[in-house]
Order: sequence, then C-alpha cells, then structure tokens
Amino acid sequence: MSRLRSWLLNGPLITDGAWGTQLQALGLPLGVTPDTWNLDHPEHVESVARAYVDAGSQVILTNTFRANRVTLADSGMAHLVEPLNRAGVAISRRVATGKARVFASMGPTGKMLMTGEVEPEAVTQAFSEQARVLAANGADALLLETFSDLDEARFALRGARQFGLPVVVSFAFDTGKNLDRTMMGATPEQVAEAMQAEGADAVGANCGAGVERFPTVCQRLKAACSLPIWIKANAGLPEIQDGAVHYTTSAAFFAGHYSALTAAGASFIGGCCGTTPDFIRALVAARSAPCV
Amino acid sequence: MADTQKLYDAVLNGDQKTAIAVTEQALAEGIAPLDLITNYMVPAMDEVGRRFECEEYFVPELLLSARAMKGSLNLLRPLLTAGGVEPAGRVAIGTVKGDLHDIGKNIVASMLEGGGFEVIDLGADVAPEKFIDAVREKGARIVALSALLTVTMPSMRKTIDALKEAGVRQQVKVIVGGAPVTQQFADEIGADGYSDNANAAVALARRLSMEKESV
Repeated sequence: MSRLRSWLLNGPLITDGAWGTQLQALGLPLGVTPDTWNLDHPEHVESVARAYVDAGSQVILTNTFRANRVTLADSGMAHLVEPLNRAGVAISRRVATGKARVFASMGPTGKMLMTGEVEPEAVTQAFSEQARVLAANGADALLLETFSDLDEARFALRGARQFGLPVVVSFAFDTGKNLDRTMMGATPEQVAEAMQAEGADAVGANCGAGVERFPTVCQRLKAACSLPIWIKANAGLPEIQDGAVHYTTSAAFFAGHYSALTAAGASFIGGCCGTTPDFIRALVAARSAPCV
Repeated sequence: MADTQKLYDAVLNGDQKTAIAVTEQALAEGIAPLDLITNYMVPAMDEVGRRFECEEYFVPELLLSARAMKGSLNLLRPLLTAGGVEPAGRVAIGTVKGDLHDIGKNIVASMLEGGGFEVIDLGADVAPEKFIDAVREKGARIVALSALLTVTMPSMRKTIDALKEAGVRQQVKVIVGGAPVTQQFADEIGADGYSDNANAAVALARRLSMEKESV
C-alpha cells in the first residue's frame, strides 16, 4: 500500500482552507507575492497555519504556491527559491507536528508551454528544485494544485516525483457550460487518466467553481482512475458590495456538501479561495453529524 | 497557383507554417491582401469562434489559430499600411495593479492580434499611470483590463477613475475581463464592455472600435 493510502485507512481527511485571502486579512498588500511573508512575516503565516490546525484540519498546506523558479523569476526573486520553500515548510511543520500532516503546495508556473513562454525542461527543473527543498525540510507530501494544462502537470510531476514523497495533482475546472473542463479544455476523465499514467499518488480538483459543482467532478475523477481524490472547492463566486469583495457561500452551505463529496469518492476535503477556519470547523462538524 | 482555400484551413486548424506559406505564394501571385483577409482568414476565425462557443475548441485551439492568423498578418500588414489600410485598432492591455496573473491577459492579447489589432502589452501588476501613458503617448484607443483575483477587482475601478482624472477617458473604450469579473461589475465601474472569454473579447473590441469611429 502506498504511504498516502495508509493515511486514509480511517476514512477521508479534512484539509485546510484558503491561505491567500487569510493573509490579505492580516495585511498582505496587493501585488506582494504571499510566499515572501514566509521570510518577512513568518508570525502571520504561522497564525494562518495554526488557525487551520486548531479548527481541526488533518492536513495543512504550506505558503509556497508561487515559490518555483519560473514564477519567482518574473518578479526578480529567483534567488529566493530555497529560503522561501525552506521557511514555508518550517512554519507549517512547527504548527502541525503531531496534529496534522503537511502537504507542500506548488502552483503552476503561470507560463504557457504551447506558446513557447516556457520550455518543458524548465518546468520539470523548476518543480524538481522546489520539491527537493520542500522534501528536505520535512514535508509529508507534495501537492501540485490549480493546474489547467495536462502537459505542464506532467512535466511538473516528473520533477516533483524525484524525492520519494507522495504527490497529489489537482486541477481547476472552471470552463465550459457545466464548468467541467479546465481552461485548457481537459475533462476530469482526461486528467485522472493522464495523472495516473504519469504516476501521481492522488488526483483532484480545486478552486474554479463553488462547492456545489464538485461532487460531479469528483465522481468523474474517481470513475476514471483508481487513485484517491483530493477536493478543495472555493467559497462560491464572490460579489462586490460597496467596493469590497464578499464571498456569498456560508460555512454551513459549504459543509452541507460534505456527505455528497464523500459519497462521490473524495478522500481529502477542504476549501480554496475565500474559505476560512470556520469552513473547516463546519466540515469537522458535518463529519461527526448523526445520520438524518 | 496559390490554393487560397488552404489559408482558411490553416487558420482553422492552427497551422501557422501553412498559413505563412500560402500567404507568401498568394502575394507573389499578386492576390490582394484584403482578399485573403476578407474571404479566407476572417471566415476561418469566425468558424474558430463558433467552435469555441460550442465547446468543440478550447483555449489551446484558439491560441494556435490566433498564431496562424498573426503569422499571415505579419506578411500582410506592411502591404496594407502602404495601401492606406490601418490596423483594426490599437489596444493597450494589462493585468491591473496588485494582480500578478497574466495568462488570461496573454490569451486575450494573442486573440486580439489574430483579430488584426495592434496590441501594446503592458504586462501584469500595471499601475493606472501606465495605461494613461499608453493612451497619451502610444495612441491606444482601447484599454483592456484583466484581473484574476477578487481582491484586485477594485483596481479596475481605480484605473478607470484615473483615466477620467487624466482627462483621457473620452478618447478610449475600456473593456474588462477575468475569472471573477461580471457584466454587472463592468457596468458598476463604468467600463464600456465586458467579455467572459477571449474569443468574444475580439468581437467586443471590434464593435467598440466601430462605435468609436461613428462618434
């Protein structure tokens, strides 16, 4: 049995909620790469991690979504790959030890392979470099999240797999009338088959759409492969009121989908953009709710 | 003789190499640039757009077709200019201040170029002043604003307000787009247009630049 599967023997695990929107609430200015706070404001990053562990998250991520060489190079920070990732894992590790597992977050490069903005080798190299630092500093597993291009995910996975940690690959399904395609047109079936073939330990869906869209996508991912499924929905479509952004989905509405998601085969359940520790508390409560 | 029908197919199938080859041959034989554009390239892009709307095509196919268009247009542009035919319009595009995401913006920029627009790409995290400069100094007549983050949507409003304060708002049409942006939001901040995808953004830009001329 794979290490990741052994963590799931007692049922699905509840993961965490959003980090970016939480850090903004703590004063992260717009235009500042959130990952830089691992060095500049570790106390704030730690408070986000702690809030999720306290809420009952059994898996927390790291604040390292943009900390790959290709993305950092865009803002002149290529030299910070090592320190940002090292600090990011250390912060989550510090809070999680004995309470939750740390899945280190790696987002896409933000560059398009098909238009030649980035070369395949550069993608593999960037994720290999990031994964090496994350693994060396105590991550329990790695998470490639919010991908939309199958090819980029393949090349990223090749780099991330080199260090013996389980790797989850999660895509954003936000396109098409039913919001069941990635921006690049990939279906849940194509994603599941391609990632299983490439050696991923779990596959999933995050961000993109509100939670009500996720049971269907989850079911389709599950039916197309034999891997555990990772689900992190966002808090619905935001609305602008009086110039400020509000997410209209409540924690209760969100957690109301817990049983639909487990029935659809989800093994990891948490939230993406706009979700907070309250959403995680609601998921924990939903898990232990008596039958209706 | 140049098989101009192949130009239609090349654009539809995103085959830039063939698009360029057919265009070169057609020009060598004296076929008018506007003939190629009007009768083959534009209809092909219309079909690309239809397939995209019907979910037969997705972003990768759009990008390949736009690239084929651009390859051919690069050859035709100098001839058109020499013949007094101006580009469809000049667009300054950028992701608004505070937002570092640029994939969506890049896709729209490629589609606009494929649609015959001249595109000034200001990049990501673009301050309002840079849009103003692009209008004043580079003659942009359409300003296209992108945002992926909900928290940077207010930067769209600030950019539009800054264009007003700089006294250049009347010279331009402002279009907005990006995952969290809606028509309602576009109306609220006083944008001239909104599109929820890159394909429709080109039609929108075309419509607005025609309005512009008729004013």
